[in-house]
Amino acid sequence: MEELDVEPSTTLVPAAGVLQKHLGFEWGPGDLLVYETNYKLRGSSSAGSPLVHVVRKDEDICSPILRKLFNESHLIFMGLQKIKEDAPSKNKKTQFVSISRNYRSVIRACMEELQQNAVTAQDGSLASQYGDQVSILLAIELIWNLCEVLFIEAAPAGSLLLHLLNWVRLHKSDVDTRAREVLQSENPTQHPAYWDVVTSLVLQGRMDEARQILSKQASLRMESSSVFKRMDTLLQTMPIFNPAGAQTLTEFDVKWRHWHEECDRCLQDHTFASSAELETLCKILLGDEDVILEQKDLMSTWYHFLVSRLLFTHPTIKPPDLHYYAQSSMNMFLGPRATPEPLDIILLSAFEFDLHQVIKDCSIALNNWWFVAHLTDLLDHCKLLQSHNLHFGSNLREFLVLEYASGLFTHHSLWQLAVDYLDHCPEFGRVYLELQIERVPLDTERKANKVLRICEDRQMSEQVRSICKIMAKRALRNNRLGSALSWSIRAKDAALATLISERFLQDYSNKGSFTDLDVLDNLGPAMLLSDRLTFLGKYREFHRLYGENRFSDAAKLLLSLMMAKIAPRSLWMTLLTDALPLLEQEEVIFTVDQTYELMSCLEELNSGTKDSNQMEQEEDLESTKTELLRVALARNLATAIVKEGTIET
Amino acid sequence: MDCISAKYISQKISKTRWRPVSAASLQQPEVFATGSWDNENNKVSIWSVGDRGGSTLDGDLDEEPQLLCDSQHEGDVMDLQFLDQDRLVSASSSGAVSIFKLQSDCQALSLAHVWERAHRCSCNNAPCTAIVCRSPEIVSVGEDGRVILYKADQAEVTRVIENADSSTIHAVTFLRTTEVLTVNSIGQLKMWDFRQQSDSPAQILSLTGDRMPLHCVDKHPNQQHIVATGGQDGMLCIWDVRQGNTPFSLTEAHSAEMWEVHFHPSNPNHLFTCSEDGSLLHWESTSGSDVSTLLQKGWNSRVVSQSALSLAGENDSAVSAWLAGDSSKSRLEATHMLPSQTLSVNSLDVLEQCLVCGTDGEALYIHRQVPV
Repeated sequence: MEELDVEPSTTLVPAAGVLQKHLGFEWGPGDLLVYETNYKLRGSSSAGSPLVHVVRKDEDICSPILRKLFNESHLIFMGLQKIKEDAPSKNKKTQFVSISRNYRSVIRACMEELQQNAVTAQDGSLASQYGDQVSILLAIELIWNLCEVLFIEAAPAGSLLLHLLNWVRLHKSDVDTRAREVLQSENPTQHPAYWDVVTSLVLQGRMDEARQILSKQASLRMESSSVFKRMDTLLQTMPIFNPAGAQTLTEFDVKWRHWHEECDRCLQDHTFASSAELETLCKILLGDEDVILEQKDLMSTWYHFLVSRLLFTHPTIKPPDLHYYAQSSMNMFLGPRATPEPLDIILLSAFEFDLHQVIKDCSIALNNWWFVAHLTDLLDHCKLLQSHNLHFGSNLREFLVLEYASGLFTHHSLWQLAVDYLDHCPEFGRVYLELQIERVPLDTERKANKVLRICEDRQMSEQVRSICKIMAKRALRNNRLGSALSWSIRAKDAALATLISERFLQDYSNKGSFTDLDVLDNLGPAMLLSDRLTFLGKYREFHRLYGENRFSDAAKLLLSLMMAKIAPRSLWMTLLTDALPLLEQEEVIFTVDQTYELMSCLEELNSGTKDSNQMEQEEDLESTKTELLRVALARNLATAIVKEGTIET
Repeated sequence: MDCISAKYISQKISKTRWRPVSAASLQQPEVFATGSWDNENNKVSIWSVGDRGGSTLDGDLDEEPQLLCDSQHEGDVMDLQFLDQDRLVSASSSGAVSIFKLQSDCQALSLAHVWERAHRCSCNNAPCTAIVCRSPEIVSVGEDGRVILYKADQAEVTRVIENADSSTIHAVTFLRTTEVLTVNSIGQLKMWDFRQQSDSPAQILSLTGDRMPLHCVDKHPNQQHIVATGGQDGMLCIWDVRQGNTPFSLTEAHSAEMWEVHFHPSNPNHLFTCSEDGSLLHWESTSGSDVSTLLQKGWNSRVVSQSALSLAGENDSAVSAWLAGDSSKSRLEATHMLPSQTLSVNSLDVLEQCLVCGTDGEALYIHRQVPV
């Protein structure tokens, strides 16, 4: 798949590069960013346009109707992935066929809705856009259906043709409307399309319906009724292979030859000489290729011609022989000089059973990855793509599914679907997901929670951390400290938790009271995330105990905060000041030992950190505080000694 | 599952709400509203499932919902509530609270009033996360931790509780006329009484030691002290707000965030929950003596049964099936209501026998014969 075989198409970017400017570009997952560079050409000095243009190949992703296709097929895709590897292969085939039909019915539903919209659209350009999408979906469905027959059903000789007939009938369904018109007209036999309808029905192998319409004519023309009777018998007796029956191919072949001879006899003895139309029908039945080809307008496509031709010449065609007839039918139908359309080439490759060519050509011809990704995935599940290796990536299926999913990820809303697709890319899916999920814009916490759920379910702890951190930073910017703290706890980010705890303490020293008590009082074990957070939680607990008049508990906690070095040195003075009211209480709260410890804390604080740069005023305040504390501590020590002595005696 | 119809509507659905039916008539609801999220242009849309003017002989259940009208909505639709039959209130991720007016024939939806930036932080807008209506009063809560009270016919905001919560408030419900209950992202329930002038909650309930965020809350339609909440871990909690501050029972309902919980408005023994894990559950609580096999794996093992003694003293008839603490006598059966589970079910609403829910898979599901 390495050779480039089509000329790349030119896309004009309006208003870019008008003044002979060089264009720069940058690939994105689903689109291309184009901008004007500052590269100076000789003579030109005009400033470049500051615009960046987004060039997107895949417009379908924005269509509201096609979104239904993406969503519904996502459900089918997920169902397909659940089919067990070890299920018996016979069961699996029917499952795969039904999944393939589900996909097709979703395409059909979308097509119908688009068609309706195209009819009702007021705007001409919109209508033509819908029309384009319909024709793309038609082609997709046509190819898919053929692939279903050839690869998934893998019908053997005999039933192969029956499937192909169904395929043609489904995609050339205007015969039904015309037949209905003819039958509902006042005088069906005089209807201009009468013989066209009969011939079309015969060409599609719908003998019973053809007979029904022919009978109108027979009942009118009494004189030639025997001739019509003859044709009726020929049509009726045409053997149709019954795959469910016990009949073998050889038996069928004998019967068919016999019938063929019967037709030949009719032609030889000029039974139908009286009616040119019936004679033509007879020649068709005989498989006269020139006569069938003359009905070009009724068939309108070469693959219809192929199937009609096979019906009357090789009803037991074997799959390997198909490509020969396909090629020759196409040449006969289109003429020697016509260049086939991409669709013709794709279908031809399918008839040649060249799956990779089909997928490759579809990727080039279609403007979205939806079709190739889903079809390749299905074919891969049918074990039809094993032999092929890419020079890049892991395998064809994964490559295409990744492309499709990356496209979805660029969409503001469909990114959620992409997650499931990436889950089913064993080799690179995870890496893609990790890179993409972090870049989903998060407007609300609810969306953040959804993204986090995706990450947590897949044990992507790195991404969880970074998303929580983003949310924490945002809350911090909005001055929502409690929220920020909750997010940093969820991120298990100690550094951030420390930072936020500092903010809390700063707020405390400014206002003299704590904010966001509902968060601080309910930290629980989360408190242990960082030392500073532990201190914050415990310090708040001290205030609560103090507020509840549980002085001795509060005193013990306060002391332990300093002794266990949880409290930062910078806050020791605050803590000691907090101890002051406890020391001043009438009842003795700090024991002798505790008082000694407090004293040593105070001295340690004063001895170690004499900062020469401190403002004089501040120093004054500091020394006053120290003095006050010393007095209080000494007094407390005295009463404590007395009290403890009293108890002992 | 035959009575479920589905429709893909090309937008991720954040909220679905039935339009209330007049109390006098016993008819089934036919009109509902949806809100979308995460789109470039979000919408509030009105749909009909009734056979309007068509044959009513067998009540064609497979009929697809038809779009009646819609209106652009700035920002994600975070919450949607019908104030009355022709007024609809929405909460936006832009922090705005809007009232939409629905024509009586449901053919047009127009914006009647907006409280722009009702929820905001110092410089940015903060998403409004939930609203609750009790005509004419509307209460909204948001990520900014504020609780705001409005009157539908007054342009001015009636009351703001600043700093009601230091984390995000996820949901709100009315308990009594002047009391609302909020749940937040650190697992607390707070009761607010608008009669009190202080900006502090009348009561705080929480799951001790567990900071699991709560995402939704609903109160029992008849017994105002019974409240159901759903959390981030998919846990369904039933609380008796009079009894202590821990939940009466805990049930592992879903494997991911529970986005909404609703008691059936007229038959409160039925409860409905939906979740990020893509499932919609129908819970039926009965007080019977037979021990169901379902008990073993669901209710029985997870129930933290409490205070059966204190309840025994009360008037027996007042004890709801939800608070029947003796697990051998009560049973709770859960049934899945959706055929397939993939993407999150964001919202549900149930009225009479009709249930509507919306998913991130852009599908609406309507069940018109809910067995209640």
